[in-house]
Amino acid sequence: MSALSVTDISRNFEGVQALANVSFEVAPGERRLIIGPNGAGKTTLFNILAGSYAASSGRVALFGRDITHLPAYARARLGLSRTFQITNLFFRLTVLENVLLALQAGNTTASPVLRLLRQDRALLAQADALLARWELSEHAGHAAQDISYGQQRQLDILLAMAVAPKVLLLDEPTAGLSAAEVPRVKAILRSLARDTTVLMIEHDMDVAFELADRITVLHQGRLLAEGNVEAIRNNPQVTEIYLGSD
Amino acid sequence: MRAADANSSVKSRGIAALFILTVLVLAVLPDLLSTYYLGLVIEILIFALFAMSLDLLIGYTGMASLGHAAYFGVAAYAVGLLAIKLHWSVWSALPAALIIVAAVATLFGLLALRTRGSYFLMITLALSQVAWGIAFGWRSLTGGDDGLPNLPRPELAAHWSLAGDRPFYFFILLLEGAGVLLLTRLATSPFGFALRGIRESETRMQALGYDVWRYKFAAFIVAAVFAGLAGALYAYYNRFVSPDYLGVFRSAEVLLMVILGGAGTLIGPAIGAAVIVLLENLVSAYTERWLIVIGTIYILVALFAPNGIIGFIRDFRARRAKS
Repeated sequence: MSALSVTDISRNFEGVQALANVSFEVAPGERRLIIGPNGAGKTTLFNILAGSYAASSGRVALFGRDITHLPAYARARLGLSRTFQITNLFFRLTVLENVLLALQAGNTTASPVLRLLRQDRALLAQADALLARWELSEHAGHAAQDISYGQQRQLDILLAMAVAPKVLLLDEPTAGLSAAEVPRVKAILRSLARDTTVLMIEHDMDVAFELADRITVLHQGRLLAEGNVEAIRNNPQVTEIYLGSD
Repeated sequence: MRAADANSSVKSRGIAALFILTVLVLAVLPDLLSTYYLGLVIEILIFALFAMSLDLLIGYTGMASLGHAAYFGVAAYAVGLLAIKLHWSVWSALPAALIIVAAVATLFGLLALRTRGSYFLMITLALSQVAWGIAFGWRSLTGGDDGLPNLPRPELAAHWSLAGDRPFYFFILLLEGAGVLLLTRLATSPFGFALRGIRESETRMQALGYDVWRYKFAAFIVAAVFAGLAGALYAYYNRFVSPDYLGVFRSAEVLLMVILGGAGTLIGPAIGAAVIVLLENLVSAYTERWLIVIGTIYILVALFAPNGIIGFIRDFRARRAKS
């Protein structure tokens, strides 16, 4: 069974066809790269998968379960997690509190009522470990709005990963990072266990080709090509849209 | 982390000491103050809880309501009507009033939570005006703008009346204290934590798996019930209920208490409530133009202390720590 199966997804924005009849399947544990020039519909696709936008038509299934009409939070509870292209954090809360909110969402150790009323001390240790891994420990007490942009981008990914997702949507995970930060994020993504399926939009082709198993190419809202890294590299159509026809 | 832990335990011990001190002071006040000043303390206690309940919406969840007096007033009318017309005792009238408030908040919440931002502000105002309109217009039940006079002071048991100022003060103090403790506990629980997350980013909360609407709905009802507790006690204190309890001025006043003290801090709105109640009583001894004073305070706060008294103190301490 596919981890994610997308069937005939279309989306119109007031007459503009952002996505047209896009279909593809992602196998469990796969690292799937989504590429395409600006305006290809990559982020729109992510927003439809995550439930931020509704599709105009088509169907999305997560491990065989139809999630087309589920709201974003219900999809998240089924194990679908995402990062945001425009950094989306709890900016006036501390870095530690950001992580704790993410961990609290996935916490199922007590009854729902008890979970709402009593802070679980175990989460604090978990949060400390995560922050150490991302080298953010020294900023634990700082407001998320006060750390560097690169650190905010990393915190955004950290939050998406903290809920232990089954399917992780990463929207340009290395965009905005400093040269020193990119290797760490790459290493963390590489070390992600194979029980998490990853879909990634990425413009840095070094990062992208290194991590990807298969690549889906979108162009003007349509699925242009799909295949392994080698096949896409050698696809003349893909070369053409990236390098230009003239 | 360890330093932070130690720091927070010192801080929580400080808060515990402050709390015990406050309780002690409040306990001896009836021996020190005249009836008039004891009345002021009661009013401060009541409005502190009222303002704190609104803070759960504004400061924690980021929902600015301009109709919070509706719940204060509905509970006041509920205890008033149950006590006067049906002769219910405080132990049945008070819980019944809170249930009625929760029901009204459920209905109003279902309507108001379809909107956000300034639209939420407008619809909460409109809904509270509906409640005001009913209180004002349904004369046979509510007495219209004459209100409900002669609400008896509550009696605990047949031979133990709270008619005296001193027992009544302790009755209020006990219920207020319980309300404040419960509200504070809720605000600092994972539930309150999630509300702060919603204030910062609803979309991120949803992406993490939080059912944001349900949290907001729960916060709306909880805030209304605590406002209702304050309103019911105010009715017992004044022994009178009128449409003013539900009016837009009451809503604006409690909003000002929250903003003046500092939204999102709970203690701030309590301080804001104390300042407004004291000023109101002080000023009204000299002039009836209380609205001008309130307007001036609002402008001064907006200009010089946009984060309220608590925010002003925090900024001041941060600046001193830096230099």
